[in-house]
Amino acid sequence: MAERILRVNMTTLSGAFEEVPAPWVGLGGRALTSAIVAKEVPPTCDPLGKHNKLIFAPGLLAGTPCAQSGRLSAGAKSPLTGTIKESNAGGTAAQNLARLQIKALIIEGMPTDDSQFYGLRINKDGVEIAEEQALVGKGNYEVISTLMQRLGQKIGVLTIGPVGEMRMSAANISVRDPDGNIRSHGRGGLGAVMGSKKVKFIAIDDANGPGVAIADPEKFRSAAKTFAKAILEHPVSGEGLPTYGTNVLVNVLNEAGGLPTRNFRTGQFEGHDKISGETMRETIVKRGGKPKHGCHAGCIIQCSQQYVDEKGEYITSGFEYETIWGFGANCCIDELDTIAYADRMMDDIGIDSIEAAVIIGVAMEAGIIQFGDGPGTLGLLKEIGQGTPLGRILGNGAASVGKAYGITRVPVVKGQGIPAYDPRSVKGIGVTYATSTQGADHTAGYAVATNILKVGGFVDPLKNDGQVELSRNLQIATAAIDSTGLCLFVAFPALDIPETLVAIIDMLNAKYSLSLTGDDVIGLGKQVLKTEHAFNNAAGFTKHDDRLPEFFAEDPCAPHNVTWTMSDEEIDEFWNF
Amino acid sequence: MQITTKLFASFRIGRFAAMPQSWPAGATVRQVVDQLGIPEGELGIVLINGRHVELGERLNEGDTLSLFPLVGGG
Ligand code: SF4
Repeated sequence: MAERILRVNMTTLSGAFEEVPAPWVGLGGRALTSAIVAKEVPPTCDPLGKHNKLIFAPGLLAGTPCAQSGRLSAGAKSPLTGTIKESNAGGTAAQNLARLQIKALIIEGMPTDDSQFYGLRINKDGVEIAEEQALVGKGNYEVISTLMQRLGQKIGVLTIGPVGEMRMSAANISVRDPDGNIRSHGRGGLGAVMGSKKVKFIAIDDANGPGVAIADPEKFRSAAKTFAKAILEHPVSGEGLPTYGTNVLVNVLNEAGGLPTRNFRTGQFEGHDKISGETMRETIVKRGGKPKHGCHAGCIIQCSQQYVDEKGEYITSGFEYETIWGFGANCCIDELDTIAYADRMMDDIGIDSIEAAVIIGVAMEAGIIQFGDGPGTLGLLKEIGQGTPLGRILGNGAASVGKAYGITRVPVVKGQGIPAYDPRSVKGIGVTYATSTQGADHTAGYAVATNILKVGGFVDPLKNDGQVELSRNLQIATAAIDSTGLCLFVAFPALDIPETLVAIIDMLNAKYSLSLTGDDVIGLGKQVLKTEHAFNNAAGFTKHDDRLPEFFAEDPCAPHNVTWTMSDEEIDEFWNF
Repeated sequence: MQITTKLFASFRIGRFAAMPQSWPAGATVRQVVDQLGIPEGELGIVLINGRHVELGERLNEGDTLSLFPLVGGG
């Protein structure tokens, strides 16, 4: 059976399979969501209106035995940034869709009656759209456990919490992980788009589906083996990530002076040791939690973990550096348990944990609560979930809070909160924040690897030289990786061990019976970026939006006392390819 | 001269997190790393006062030397 598209129309409450149009046949993941948004969504449309579309696409290698291949891309025009958006997440849904041979799920239109929510059930025969009452207003944990009882333990689930139902711009989309816990399409407010379509959840049942076809299974198997070997051999993916998780970066960035602290005032946090990856691992092991865990079947890196309380009861999983930085250093809360409860609450109400961290930092700047106030932070998150008037100002993003309170120290680019690396002392990532088609997004071109971690060479983080080129190369490569559905952490071995990339290309060729080369893959990455950039330009963005907030150029960041000094002309060189 | 050596992640196992140490003037990073019994191949990030340096770099009075194995995240 050939791969197909499932198109769901929420105006007519109907859906059907379609053939994949020729130009989309070779695309997957981000390449496909962005191609569909670019072709079908008017760039100037209201992100929460009927003309926007929400697209889900598994990567090109989803559902195969290839390690790390279970990431799902979600795309739309973002209500947070007004740009095109691709946000990818782990969980089981990419594999569920792939086993049904669904290359993309397109949700378009919106019901005329705004008062009713719906649940979508996808299976081998298509989609059923049913009114949903019981789960409306409920948190994501309850939605997932109820749906597993209703429809079976193995179903894939995509769901929004109350924040998405209320269409706040920082709302995320949750994905069920293999243990019934939560991973998220975090950035860019895609949960609000799903809420605007009045879709509370999407359940995916792949029972008796056609399964995943591989043209040359023998060749695929051998490439998959080489790939897995490279991942396990590289010290970062084979040892560092599974042992300490991504949170090992708290101490790295603190030592290097790039850990944004007190809403981006300085680059070092006094309480760093209390929230570090080293302390977190010790705490998890002592309390009997799981220090390593994969966000989908087939993950052999296992950067995730299950964080438990003093009695050994589960609090949260997928407890990442960016969240811990955000509520830790950025909001000056030096207690891991408080941050873990915040993480759980955010997963449950359905808000992006990076945006929320930047939101709370700006709320502290505004004096709504004090820096370091843990209980106050949990209280504000609760208000967001309840949709109080203050909660809605907060839930619409850091830029919304800055405007409401007349504040200029608002770390956002194109309306999206700047994550865990100070652009003044990690200048390569500053170029990525400025130029990414997604708004400030570290994953779009992770220059931290080469600036700070010395993976893929070294470019001095405190100098401007070489940063634009570094960010450009990384953004192109990332756009390609995001299209394969591979977890971005395969970039660590890929940057240092040449066989990694060869194996990825071999797997693509074996699956689809193609003869792609490395240049084709780079070409795909370039094409994705150009498609996204053209959409943004047509939506009204210009090079003048590729800029960091003014305070980065004015206020020096300790301990290196550096400012952002990249000229506009230098930044604009980015798009010269 | 007095320097402070800080170790992170797996380098702490069986060693220490932070320790003030006395070294003769002109000592290099390599000497400190050798004395700690850390194989050079395991070194990821080497910082003096928050700046990346090579193993041959000389230490000065009051410096903080931070040593990490190859780690990553994102
Ligand atoms: S390494 Fe982490 S993010 Fe990547 S697939 Fe595994 S658990 Fe998910």
